[in-house]
This record gives sequence, C-alpha cells and structure tokens, in this order.
Amino acid sequence: MKPIFMTYTRGDLINLAILLIVGVVVIPMTVSSGYWYTSILIPWLCLALATIGQQIIMGYTGQLALGAAGFMAAGAFACFNLILRVPGIPFVGALLISGLIAAAFGILFGLPSLRVRGIYLMVATLASQFFIIWMIDKFGWFKNYDSSGIITAQDIVIMGKPFTSPIEMYLVIVAVVTPMTLIAMNMARGSTGRNWMSVRDMDIAAESMGVSLLKTKLQAFAISSFYCGVAGALFAFTYLKSLEPVAFDIKLSFKVLFMVILGGLGTINGAFIGAGFILLFPVLLNYIGNNVFHGAIDATIISAIEQVVFGVLMIIFMIYEPLGMAKLWDTTKTKIIGLINNKKS
Amino acid sequence: MADQILFFIEVVVGGLLAGTMYSLVALGFVLIYKASATFNFSQGAMVFFAVLAFVGFMQDFNVPFVLAFFLAVFLMIIVGLCTERLVLRPLMNQSEDTLLMATIGLGYVLEGLAQAMWGVEVRRLDLGIKDFPIPWIADNLKLFISAIDLTAGIVAFGMIIGLTLLFKYTKMGLGLRAVADDAGAASSIGIPLKHIMLLVWSAAGVVALVAGMMWGARAGVQFALVDLALKALPVLIIGGFSSIPGAIIGGLLIGAVEKVLEVYIGPFFGGAIEGWAPYVLAIFFLLYRPEGLFGEKIIRRV
Repeated sequence: MKPIFMTYTRGDLINLAILLIVGVVVIPMTVSSGYWYTSILIPWLCLALATIGQQIIMGYTGQLALGAAGFMAAGAFACFNLILRVPGIPFVGALLISGLIAAAFGILFGLPSLRVRGIYLMVATLASQFFIIWMIDKFGWFKNYDSSGIITAQDIVIMGKPFTSPIEMYLVIVAVVTPMTLIAMNMARGSTGRNWMSVRDMDIAAESMGVSLLKTKLQAFAISSFYCGVAGALFAFTYLKSLEPVAFDIKLSFKVLFMVILGGLGTINGAFIGAGFILLFPVLLNYIGNNVFHGAIDATIISAIEQVVFGVLMIIFMIYEPLGMAKLWDTTKTKIIGLINNKKS
Repeated sequence: MADQILFFIEVVVGGLLAGTMYSLVALGFVLIYKASATFNFSQGAMVFFAVLAFVGFMQDFNVPFVLAFFLAVFLMIIVGLCTERLVLRPLMNQSEDTLLMATIGLGYVLEGLAQAMWGVEVRRLDLGIKDFPIPWIADNLKLFISAIDLTAGIVAFGMIIGLTLLFKYTKMGLGLRAVADDAGAASSIGIPLKHIMLLVWSAAGVVALVAGMMWGARAGVQFALVDLALKALPVLIIGGFSSIPGAIIGGLLIGAVEKVLEVYIGPFFGGAIEGWAPYVLAIFFLLYRPEGLFGEKIIRRV
C-alpha cells in the first residue's frame, strides 16, 4: 500500500498542473472532431465520476454495493425536474442539489449496511436499483407526464450562456469532475478516508477504536451516491442528451462495478483507468471487427466476446492482481524509474 | 364473497407455483454455498448457459430431446471442471468478497459464451407441456392452475427430496458437509476436495439446467432469464444461504407474496411492483433476522 501523505508533494502538484494543462488547453486546441468528445471523452469523465462514487463505497469502505446506476438515475431525473420546475436555477446549483437528493437515497438504502455485509448488502442495494428505476418509470410527475418514454434533456445554460457544442460540454464536465476528484482524493487520504478504510479492513476493531460505524458507513453511502448522482445528471445531460429510466438499468451498475474492480479497488486514479478501459475496449473490438474482418463478424458476437473478455479479466485480476490496473501502472512506473536511475549511476 | 376467496386462493397458488421456479435457481446457490462457502453469483448465468445450450443442440443440430439433455449435462460438468480448475483453486483461502467478485466475472464469461455460440434471439422451448389451466382442476375445484407451473412444482419437489437424501444419507453427502464445515480439516482426513467441488458444481449445473428448462418453456429462452435469476438472491436471504428447505420455502414465500402484492396493492401504484417487492421484503428480513429463516447464525470474530 502506498504511504499516505497528508500534504501534497511537489511531484503531485506538477502532475496536477500537467493534467490540467492537457485537459483544458491542449485537448480543446488539438482535438476538433466532435466524435472524440461525444463518444469518448464525455462518457469517460462522467462514468469515471460515477466510478469514484462506487470506489468510495466499495474500494474504501469495503461495502459491496451494486446500485450505482439507480443513484445515477435519481441524480439525472432530479436535475431534469429542478431545471424544469425551479425558474432561474443555475445549472451548477441544480447539479449539486440533485447530488444531494441522490445522497438522501444513498443514506436510506445504506441503512441495511449497519446490519449486514457482503452479498447480503448487495441484495439490499439491488432493491435501491430496482426501486428507484420503477419509481421514476411509474410516477409520471418525474417524467413531466411525457408518454413517449424518452425526454430530451434541457440545454446547459450557465450565466446566460448556453453550453451545447461538444467541446463546451466537455469543458463543463472538466470543470465539475476536476474539483470533485481532488476533493475525493483529499477525503480518501485524510481522516475521513482513514475511517472508511478502518471500517473496510475490520469493522469490529474500528468500532472498538472509537470509529462510529453508523456515522462512517452512512457518510460513505451519502458521499458515494452524491458522486453517482452528479455523474448521472452529467451523463444524461451531456452524453445521452435524453432522460430515460432504461438507460440506468442494472447493466450500467455492473459496468461501474467492473470499472472499479478492473481499475483497482481503493484507488482514485484506478477509477479513471477502469472507466477508460471498459469504455475503450468495445470501441477497439468494433474497430478490429470492421477493419480486420471487414464486418464478417456479427455485432452481437462482438458484444458477446466483449463480455467474455471482461469476465475473464475480472477473474484474472482477482487471482493475480486484486488491486487492479492502477497497481499494474504503479509497478510499471516504479520499474521504469528504477531502470532510469540504474543507467544514471 | 366466495368468488373473491377463490380468486385469492388462485393468486396464492399461482404465486407458489411460480415461486418453485425461484426455488430451483436458489437451490443451485445453496448447493455451492454449502460445499464451498462461495456465493456463486453466476448461478443465473449458468441457468441461461445450460438451457440455451440444450435448446441449441435440439434446434440447430436436430439432436433428440434425451440426448440433448445429456449433452447439456455433460457441458455443465465441463463448466464445473473448468471453474474448479481455473477459478476456485487459484482463489482458495481468499475472502468471501473476492470469491463473490470472481463469480460475477464467471457469470459474464458464461453469458458471453452462450450468446457467442448460440446467438441472442429468443428461442422457443417446447417441452410438450401446455401453459394452459388443467381442465380437471378447473372443472372440479374452480381453480385455474397452469400445467407447466404444476410440473415445475413437482420437479422442484422431486429434486429437493433427491438432494436432501444425497446430503443426509450418502457418503458423498457426508463428505460435502465436512468440506463445507472446514475444508482444511476435511482434506487432512483424506476427503478428496477436488472431487467434491467438481461434484457440487456439476450438481449445481444440472439444477441450473432443469430450472432453465422450466423457465424457458414458460417465457422463452432469452437473456432476461439472468435477471429473473437475480430474484433467487432475496429468496436466499429469506430462506438462509445454507439451507435446502430454506431455499424452497423462501422461493414459495417470495412467489406468493409478490403475486399477492402485485394483484392487491400493485394497482394503486401503477403495477409492476414485482420488480422490487422481493428485494424490499429481503431488506426487512435482513433488519430483523439476518440469518434467514433456516440459516445458521453468523458469528464473526475479531
């Protein structure tokens, strides 16, 4: 395990500066095709944010929850209704309030975690997944009595300026995801995160050390679903551009779970790596299918192969590297630095 | 009034019979949990995989019914063998959560393989049993009970008796229980751990095949089976993870309660509460009786 530094080192600050420059200056200046934004960068950042949420509850607090998509749906529809019904609400405000609404659901469905863990908790959180989707689907109010089932999301308007082109939406997402990631990293390495991890590693011991299980677990659930809620709202408003409960079904929950596990349990950068991999791998497979086999392989077969690969990878990572791709990345980095240092001396 | 009572009984009986289907899936879970303390999340995928292979053999290769059945059983044994070799053995002595996540991966592999081999379209499965009310019962008792539901009930009941006998009275069953209790101690007195695991995964595969055939004959063989099989999880929570009778009673309870709720309370909320009612029921059980109706009390030590 990486030692936890309470202050940022100079290397951290340099990394952050480089990432920010690449994200805010280099990418918007060099990448001009809309495809990159709408199909890769935007969903990647949205899902990475949801993955951070799942990471907090699963990787840091050790609670096997499987309802990320439910909370995402709650956030998305809360945001839709807030913008629809509260005149003049700023988009960022609506985004934060929808995160809070998702957090309220998180606390409610996190209550069973005080009594149970493991697969028992998984079943309890499945209830949230099915219940939230059902509720949105059945009560017309949430969908503004739209009978078609698919509602177009409103345009994002910040300070009177509409953000509708792919590149503008991308910048909005960066502006939301960057601070939230930094906050998550800070929480994870501060006392909050230590409480989470102590509950994960041995809850009874944590309790006897004076960590309140009730507070820690519910806090983790609330923060986790806050992240999922915000991510869901962004996902619906920028990527899907529509709101339909079906988009947030259990498959999406599993996807986010896979992103956490393949990316690496208990790492924030793993969330980005995992989300990137799960998102890009199907693109790669489709590319191979179209260009190497010239469409000779059916699209359904390709998606089946994709499932098999994800499953196999999951098993392999569980056996050989339970800490996922983030750990692999760390090890490779250390090795390369070691090689460079050896050559110097 | 009499009509209403009759209708209520019909709803309950229909629910109970549908519940036996959940029981069948849950049974596979319990088998594996009893022998290896592994929550096999891939049981639903195994149901889908097994029955799709069975239907595939029959429809794509024109294999006769009985032969297709045995081919599917053989296939499930191979799946069990591979699982034991490639997943369980490398993960021996890992935490329950790790194993659970590995079986989620396994489920994905099985779902993907099944679809890659046999395609994704919905297939009809005709077992020669009609999904119509049995005339004799409808005439004499004024209850409408579907023949296929009744068959599923009888099959489930037969399997339960068979498995209970296997666990209670055979040497193999004794070995199974010993391994479940303490795998290390069991292997040190010479119980072949590998064979026991293989046996239990194959048995779970056969149970999955039968469950899939019953579901498939009713609703068509399709991917939705995997989601339906998820409902076996609340069944297990209510019945207890390590109890065969618990799986049955939990399944019946879920089946009956969800139908009654759907028919009598559902209309007030726009219906389709079947989707989440079992899970909420399971949450209430978790709050008051986390070990389930028949499960062993969970004791955790620091």
